[in-house]
Amino acid sequence: MSSAPDHTAATPSGSTPLLEVSGLRKSFGGTEVLTSIDLRVETGKVLALIGPSGSGKTTVLRCLNGLEQPDAGTISFADGPSVTFSEATTRRRRESLRTRSAMVFQGYNLFPHRTVLQNVTEGPIHALGRPKAEAQELAERLLDRVGLAERRDAYPHELSGGQQQRVGIVRALAMTPSLLLFDEPTSALDPELVGDVLRVIKELAEEGWTMVLVTHELSFARDVADEVVFMDGGVVVERGPASQVLGEPTQERTQRFVHRLLNPF
Amino acid sequence: MGEAWQLVLDSFWPLLQGALVGTIPLTLISFALGLIIALVVAMMRLSGSRVLAGLGRAYVSAIRGTPLLVQLFVIFFGLPQLGLTWAAWPSALVAFSLNVGGYAAEIIRAAILSVPAGQWEAGYTVGMSRTQTLRRIILPQAARVSVPPLSNSFISLVKDTSLAAMILVDEAFKVAKEIAAATNEFLIVYMEVAVIYWLICVVLSGVQDRIERRLERHVVRA
Repeated sequence: MSSAPDHTAATPSGSTPLLEVSGLRKSFGGTEVLTSIDLRVETGKVLALIGPSGSGKTTVLRCLNGLEQPDAGTISFADGPSVTFSEATTRRRRESLRTRSAMVFQGYNLFPHRTVLQNVTEGPIHALGRPKAEAQELAERLLDRVGLAERRDAYPHELSGGQQQRVGIVRALAMTPSLLLFDEPTSALDPELVGDVLRVIKELAEEGWTMVLVTHELSFARDVADEVVFMDGGVVVERGPASQVLGEPTQERTQRFVHRLLNPF
Repeated sequence: MGEAWQLVLDSFWPLLQGALVGTIPLTLISFALGLIIALVVAMMRLSGSRVLAGLGRAYVSAIRGTPLLVQLFVIFFGLPQLGLTWAAWPSALVAFSLNVGGYAAEIIRAAILSVPAGQWEAGYTVGMSRTQTLRRIILPQAARVSVPPLSNSFISLVKDTSLAAMILVDEAFKVAKEIAAATNEFLIVYMEVAVIYWLICVVLSGVQDRIERRLERHVVRA
């Protein structure tokens, strides 16, 4: 797809961190949910964050998109803002992170009063100031990619969950971010619709999009992720290549978690 | 019997005129101004600033905790003693606008809060500012929720404007009082003006239905 970021040409593959996170800390009303998180995502790679609910993985994602204000730590993009957080960090500074990343939400969060096409062009036209015709052309091209070109004038409630989430993905892509963030993108879907969405995400990964993916779909993570980070209780317990963390985890907590998800009964 | 009908017919045009030059414009203008006040006060209450939220809360409390007639009298008879003298019409307009503002602020605040937080976040993630997200994403959805309660306020206001007769604003009820006093036919004249108010409200309810249906187009009921 022509809108995929073209960083592969300029950089030797696998050596440039697009995103670096260090010492990220966040508490909600006295409860520390992130203790000290370090992450590196290289350009064109997929990082999967896994872990039990309440482990803090979604909070990490929300911090990366500037939706939450960390108490401390640094989030820095190779091609954009670098923010070191403290109590004095302004909202504007935090929100500068949004220029480089776009989020796909668990519950889609499409705009119910806008058509599919308007959902996709809303940000490019009104936040990025792109010309309307250009934004619509890109939106149509992206919708066509995910098989939804004919539904451009439909309203979100007329679509299935899987279709809505594909619109959610297109809405994020249309912002031409350098990093895509997925927050449990298939958790709200009926099982038979999960495949359509995962297929789209996998294609994007193969095209070279850099992504951070919070997921409970371990087999999908194994298939699509280059690196897996297992979090529990606000800390990174284990990290490494997907095959290793999911196949032969070294930490006991990781072993228990992986075992429980693969053998639910 | 014939005389009674004759009175009804003779007073119909003056009463309607009272509604057309008094009741209806007073209602429309003070409702429009009241909505602007309400939006500002609702945003103050949601701003997260303790001072602004406190001011907003105090305003709503004062408006809701005092009779409209007292508010009207303070503005028309009271403020001139501080050197602020105004005619009856603008006094009534200010009193009704402030009153609607207090009630509608709470309706708008609740409607904004009823839009899921995920809608704000979706607006932010596609790069929109708080103001843009409010205007383009949140308010259109809040509008749908707030139409029924705001319509109630609007219909109440139509009838409340009759209080302006107390400060001698020319509107339907003041005309009715004058005709009734001149003819001593209190029952007939007051019933007639009641019917005129009722007809205005019936028309407004119809408009409310249409607006609601229009706004419901893209919403599935859970």
